Amino acid sequence: MLERINRAYKEIARAQKTLGRKINIMEVCGTHTVSIFRAGLKTAFPDGLKLLSGPGCPVCITDQGYIDAVLTIADRDDCMIATYGDMIRVPGKKGSLETKSNKGNIKIVSSAEDALRLAKENPDKKVVFIAVGFSTTAPATAVVANEAIQQEIKNLLIFSNHKLVIPAMNALLTQKNHRIDAFLCPGHVSVIIGSDAYKPIVEKFKKPCVVAGFEPMQIIEAISEICRQIAENTPQVASLYHAAVTEQGNKTAQKIIEEAFDITTGCWRGLGDIENSTLKLKEKFSEIDAEKQLYIKPMPEEDIPGCCCGQILCGLMDPPDCGLFSTSCTPDTPIGPCMVSSEGACAAWFKYTRKKRQN
Amino acid sequence: MCLAVPARIIELKGDEAIADCMGNRIETKTTLIPHVKLGDIILIHAGFAITILDEEEAKKTWQLLADLENFSRNDNTDSG
Ligand code: SF4
Repeated sequence: MLERINRAYKEIARAQKTLGRKINIMEVCGTHTVSIFRAGLKTAFPDGLKLLSGPGCPVCITDQGYIDAVLTIADRDDCMIATYGDMIRVPGKKGSLETKSNKGNIKIVSSAEDALRLAKENPDKKVVFIAVGFSTTAPATAVVANEAIQQEIKNLLIFSNHKLVIPAMNALLTQKNHRIDAFLCPGHVSVIIGSDAYKPIVEKFKKPCVVAGFEPMQIIEAISEICRQIAENTPQVASLYHAAVTEQGNKTAQKIIEEAFDITTGCWRGLGDIENSTLKLKEKFSEIDAEKQLYIKPMPEEDIPGCCCGQILCGLMDPPDCGLFSTSCTPDTPIGPCMVSSEGACAAWFKYTRKKRQN
Repeated sequence: MCLAVPARIIELKGDEAIADCMGNRIETKTTLIPHVKLGDIILIHAGFAITILDEEEAKKTWQLLADLENFSRNDNTDSG
């Protein structure tokens, strides 16, 4: 272990010398964010390396307009919400799902299959599945959409806001003020999309893209590899998560996604509208498409006053730079989604560093 | 919600499986990896198996999960 850490130190020093400044590496995976903090990696590396938490937590990147639309559905007596647990406390304009749960119509599910089961058990309700997440949860939603149609279950409605990570990485690097030198790419998303999916990013922006699992040792090795590439000016795609990630990814899952969803422009917190970044159900699923069946209109994107989640997700600010961090915004009284989600940068920062606001 | 866990398939009927993860029985769908067999170790994410893993990798992750669990217990905050 020590040997690998020493190697990382050497590569960081070499890369820093090549760039002539600090190196900024962004992770785009909530599991990496948590792993990095838990293992103390944020502070274990020399000052010359800065780790930025990017738009990798599905709860954090979900736009406020979508959240407010979900809260509007939760107010309807004819609907029941089926949601992954992480979404429950995200604040909208009027409360959160948690504050609306007294009617018993908000159910936490751990799989899209559970939403289908709920629909079967509650035939008198429209069960609305809050379909968020990246390419890891999107195929599950697609499978369940197919099952609902085959089994003629008409009271399951899917409100899809699945996101694709590559267009977001592209958008980040297109921003003029970005400070990203390389990406630490998500392990489980890459199981589905394959490591080759990052090639266009490397070709266009000449930034290293290295896939790692969530073991701290693998993250350290990925950082070494990134710094080696920066030092030698050989940006490329590499994967250290051989046990699960192939170059091509899971073709079956990719096909299921492709057959169920259209790729559209969609809004991300902090990044705004990104072309080809969001998955919406295809026409053939209109019958179970919540947006069509419940006539959901796009809600305007309104930021939470004082909350800087948007800038944090773009790697432009650290959580302690937010004026509300650890004063009025804490995991017990979260103001923005990055503090709500266990995989959010603000929550991880609060939990593992207890760092007070830097004035 | 991004965390995936390895588990060994102990029952398999069509695309519905029961898998064992450190003594916990997990219901999972194998639709995304159609060629899976009884006894295979799979990586489960949000109720769906997303890939097959080898034993060595699975063991590493189980160990890590066990460590995290101990960690969280001493940590008294919800780890999600
Ligand atoms: S500390 Fe709270 S208010 Fe500030 S950016 Fe994070 S979640 Fe938003």
